[in-house]
Amino acid sequence: MRLKLKVWRQKDQLDSGRLVDYQMDNISEDSSFLEMLDLLNESLVEKGDEPIAFDHDCREGICGMCSLTINGIPHGPEKLTTACQLHMRSFKNGETITIEPFRSKPFKITKDLIVDRSAFDKIIEAGGFISVRTGSAPDGNAIPISKSDSDYAMDAAACIGCAACVAACKNSSAMLFTSAKISQLNSLPQGKPEKDRRLLSMVSEMDRSGFGNCTNYGECHAVCPKGISVDFIANLNRDYAKASVKNLLKTIG
Amino acid sequence: MEQISPFKRLIASSLGKKYLMALTGFVLVGFVIAHMLGNIQIFLGPEAINTYASKLQNLPIAIKWGFRLFLLTAVAIHVWTAVLLTIENKQARPNNYADEKTVQASYASRTMPITGLIVLCFIIFHILHYTAQVIFDYKDLHYDLNGEHMHDVYSMMVLGFSHWWVSIFYIIAMGLLCMHLSHGISSMFQSMGWSNEKWRGVLKITAILIGAVLFIGFSSIPVAIMMGMIKPIIGH
Ligand code: HEM
Ligand code: FES
Repeated sequence: MRLKLKVWRQKDQLDSGRLVDYQMDNISEDSSFLEMLDLLNESLVEKGDEPIAFDHDCREGICGMCSLTINGIPHGPEKLTTACQLHMRSFKNGETITIEPFRSKPFKITKDLIVDRSAFDKIIEAGGFISVRTGSAPDGNAIPISKSDSDYAMDAAACIGCAACVAACKNSSAMLFTSAKISQLNSLPQGKPEKDRRLLSMVSEMDRSGFGNCTNYGECHAVCPKGISVDFIANLNRDYAKASVKNLLKTIG
Repeated sequence: MEQISPFKRLIASSLGKKYLMALTGFVLVGFVIAHMLGNIQIFLGPEAINTYASKLQNLPIAIKWGFRLFLLTAVAIHVWTAVLLTIENKQARPNNYADEKTVQASYASRTMPITGLIVLCFIIFHILHYTAQVIFDYKDLHYDLNGEHMHDVYSMMVLGFSHWWVSIFYIIAMGLLCMHLSHGISSMFQSMGWSNEKWRGVLKITAILIGAVLFIGFSSIPVAIMMGMIKPIIGH
């Protein structure tokens, strides 16, 4: 395949950045998108140029590190697919492909296509945990959990935290991520005791970071490589209202 | 984190603002549906619409003004939260994509702030036109029903829509309002958390249907007047 790439190059956080054109020839349809970038980087290094910096780790679609906006869509054109699992057969010979970082105010671009997603870590630190004494592992099945609750929690837990939801949202809202993380813990008995505090503090942290507000576009779900449902957002909206009322009545421990 | 009052915390939060937006939107949708049903009584003739209008006008002052204030407050809160949300959302992505795409978000959902803004202009014009009657003076129009003296709302509407530019503006504004609602009505259920995978599709279709019915109901009046299907009362 013959391709024209337009890649976002940015030296560091302070640089204003720009799209740079590259020509690629003889790309196999069976190579993955990241392998195609690896090839481009090899040729750049051979020429003595700076290679393109991009995030990746597992290349198996499970770690959530890869974070490319490809032709305007986070993770590219295929549904339920991370950028690392995308193959060149999803593109046409001769096509121009634009590659940009995930764009959102809380995610600073550190270099080229790499963004700092620690704003997500801050949201998790605010309440995405359960407080238990450590020690030996508890007995399996010591706490019975219904099938429907465990399925629900597992669906929420499928979120790999890649931030494609934020990148796709026209408001740059982090509601899909935050709602999935909250729903996962709040639907299980281990998470219930801290349910309301978790809701209040994770939403506060999400707002404080500078993410936008959800206006129910649904773009987040459409690009999510794990197909996380906007039901979790509805669930968060409902539970946050209840938690806020309890907070007003001062009944949260 | 715990120093700020729980109320402030709720109102200042992104979700709190969405609740206000949705609840005020709900009030306004209810009003708009009732208003449309009231207005289309013009098709039943002068007697029906004038009797209906005089009943509303003769409500006790406290109820009439209480209701007006309630509606105006709802509009004010709705617009205020809309402005805040829109500004924050713009700020949340200071650098736009060079290549920006939309995967599935509807046109209506992407134009909420601008359709809302035009509807706001319309609301102001509409109140000046038919409530305050300062754009044209309709205060001298009277109707007699079996000796009962009342304001002739029927003739006011016929005269009001006899200006083609007024009619066109009303029809365009109703189109935009109904576009606003075709996203807004389903969105408000999601914002309040009263939606799930099973119901989301139904809500979206219902929102579009309500939008369409409202558009047809409201626009039928200026259209019928311009086409001469609703005629001035003889002798007026
Ligand atoms: C007066 C000027 C208005 C402005 C500036 C305005 C603006 C907006 C904006 C920006 C949104 C948020 C978009 C979103 O959540 O997707 C919105 C939502 C909404 N608006 Fe309006 N609007 C106006 C008037 C109205 C009127 C007159 C009605 C009802 C008849 C209405 C009903 C709604 C509804 C139901 C929502 C959905 C609430 C939600 O998403 O939670 N709006 N409006
Ligand atoms: S590199 Fe791990 S999900 Fe793509």
